[in-house]
Amino acid sequence: MIRDITIGQYYPSDSVLHRLDPRVKLSGTFLYIVCLFLVKNWWGYLAAAVCLAAVIKLSKVPFGYIVKGLKAVIILLLFTVMFNLFLTSGTPVFEWKFIRVTKEGIDLAAAMAVRLILLILGSSLMTFTTTPNQLTDGLESLLRPLNKLHVPVHEVAMMMSIALRFIPILLEETDKIMKAQQARGADFETGGLIQRAKAMVPLLVPLFISAFRRAGDLAMAMEARCYHGGKGRTKMKPLHYKKRDGVAWLVLAMFLAVVVVTRKL
Amino acid sequence: MYCKSDFRVLGRKKQFAGKDTIEKMVRSENLIFEYIRRDEEGNVESITKALDDVSITISKGDFVAILGHNGSGKSTLAKHMNALLVPTEGTLFVDGMDTKDEEKIWEIRQAAGMVFQNPDNQIIATVVEEDVGFGPENLGVPTKEIWERVEKSLRAVGMYEYRKHSPNKLSGGQKQRVAIAGIMAMKPQCIVLDEPTAMLDPNGRKEVVRTVRELNQKEGVTVLLITHYMEEVIYADKVIVMDDGKIVMQGTPREIFAQVEKLKSYRMDVPQVTELAYKLKQAGMPLPDGILSIEEFVEAVQACAK
Repeated sequence: MIRDITIGQYYPSDSVLHRLDPRVKLSGTFLYIVCLFLVKNWWGYLAAAVCLAAVIKLSKVPFGYIVKGLKAVIILLLFTVMFNLFLTSGTPVFEWKFIRVTKEGIDLAAAMAVRLILLILGSSLMTFTTTPNQLTDGLESLLRPLNKLHVPVHEVAMMMSIALRFIPILLEETDKIMKAQQARGADFETGGLIQRAKAMVPLLVPLFISAFRRAGDLAMAMEARCYHGGKGRTKMKPLHYKKRDGVAWLVLAMFLAVVVVTRKL
Repeated sequence: MYCKSDFRVLGRKKQFAGKDTIEKMVRSENLIFEYIRRDEEGNVESITKALDDVSITISKGDFVAILGHNGSGKSTLAKHMNALLVPTEGTLFVDGMDTKDEEKIWEIRQAAGMVFQNPDNQIIATVVEEDVGFGPENLGVPTKEIWERVEKSLRAVGMYEYRKHSPNKLSGGQKQRVAIAGIMAMKPQCIVLDEPTAMLDPNGRKEVVRTVRELNQKEGVTVLLITHYMEEVIYADKVIVMDDGKIVMQGTPREIFAQVEKLKSYRMDVPQVTELAYKLKQAGMPLPDGILSIEEFVEAVQACAK
C-alpha cells in the first residue's frame, strides 16, 4: 500500500517530453503554476486541463500512473475543499444548525479542488519525465545566478536529487519494518485515525536509524568516488538547447496567451 | 576482444611481476589503527586496535583475497587503501603515494577504487549509465570521454543492455556489477572490494566474483577482495588471513587451505571439498594437501583408486 505512492518518481520512457531540456521543463512547470493562479473563470481551467491532457498524451506516461500521485495529497485536498465550502461568506444555499454552505463557497471549493489537482498532476508530470540527475542539472543551471549571493546551488541540487533517489528505498524499508513489527503483533490497520497514527510512532525510530546509516554509507561511497562538491566537475549529459526546446517555449507562450485571454471572457 | 595469445602474454607478465623490480600497488609498513572510545567528558574510555602491525605488499596485476571473520580488521584495512581512514601509526603507500598526504587524496582514491557491501547505499543516480558516469564527472573528465568510459566499463561487467534501467529494478548481483562499473569508469589501477557479496544470494555472488576475475585477467586490474566466503578466494593469487587486527597467515590458496586445523583455530571454514579431502586423509586415504576444486578432488580420488 505504501509503495503505491508515485509522486516525485521518474517514469522511464522515450517521448518528446522526456527528451526536452530540463530547464525548459522546470521553467515551463513554474509558468504553468503561475498560469493556474492567474485563471479567473472556468474557461481558463478548461484550457489548462486540455493542454495538460495533450502534454500527458505526449509524455507516454500512463494516466492511471499519474493519478496515483494524487493519493498522497488527498487529505490536503479534502481539507482545502472543506475550508472553502464552509467558511466562505455569501448567499446561503444550505443551512443546518451552525453549518452554512454558500453559493460562493461551492464555487470557490470546486475551483480550488480543480486548481490543486491540475497543479499536482502538472508538476508530477515533470518529475515523471525528468530523471533526478537532469532535474538537478536543470535547477543548478537555472539557479546559477544565486551563486553570486553565496547560495550553495550545486549542493542544494545534489541533495534534492539524492532525496528523490532514496524515496523508493526508504518506502521499501518502511514496508519491511512494518511487516517485521506486524509479525510480532503490531497492529497498523484497525482503530481510528489517531490510534493508527500512534501505531506508526514505533516505525519512526528504526526508520530514522537506518536512514542515518544509509546516509553515512552513501557519503563514504561518494567520497570514495572522488566527489568533492561542484568545483571542477564535468557533466556526462551537459545541457544544450535544441530546436524542440524552442518549440516548447513557443507552445508555453501560446498557453500563457490563451490563459490571459480567458480572463477577459 | 581478447584472443588466447593475449592471455598468455598477460600470464607471462604476471610471472615476471613476481620479481622485486616490478612496482608495488599497495605497500604498508607496520600499520596500526586505533579506534578510541571516549566517555561524555572526553576522557579515553578504551582503545581498540583494529589494525595491529600490518605489513603487506601487493604487486600490480595481482588478485589478492583477504579473509577474516567479523571484527578481524579486514574492512578497516580496506578503508585505509582508499584513504577513507588514515593510519594511527605506520605508513601505507598506494601506487607510491602516502595516504597521509592530503593533497594526494583524490589521486589515491582514483588509483584505488572501492566497492562496498550494500549495493543500494553506493548507487547515487536513478539511471544505471548516469551512476557509472558519476565518478568520471567528479574527476573532471571531458563529456565525450565520459561516454566512452561508461560504455566500456558497462560492457566489461556485462551490464550494457541495462544502461537505461533504474537501479531499483535490478537484482543484487546486477546492482553490485553496476557499482563495479562505476569504479572501472574512473580507470583505477586497483579495485578494493569490501565484502561485495555479503548481501547477495548464491547466484549474485557467482556473478560478481566472475566479473571481478574477468576484470583482473582481461584488463589487468589489481584486485583486493575482502570476504568471508572461502569459495571466492580459491582463484586468488594470494590469500591473506586476518584475525584480531593482525595478519596471521599469508600464501597461495593451496598453501592456506592445506592448514585446515590452523584455519579452524581462527574460526574459519575451508571449502567443502577441501574439508572432505582433509577428513578422508585423516581416515587414512593418501590424498594430497590443499585440494581446492571438485575436479581436482575427483582426479586425486581416481589416482588413489588405481
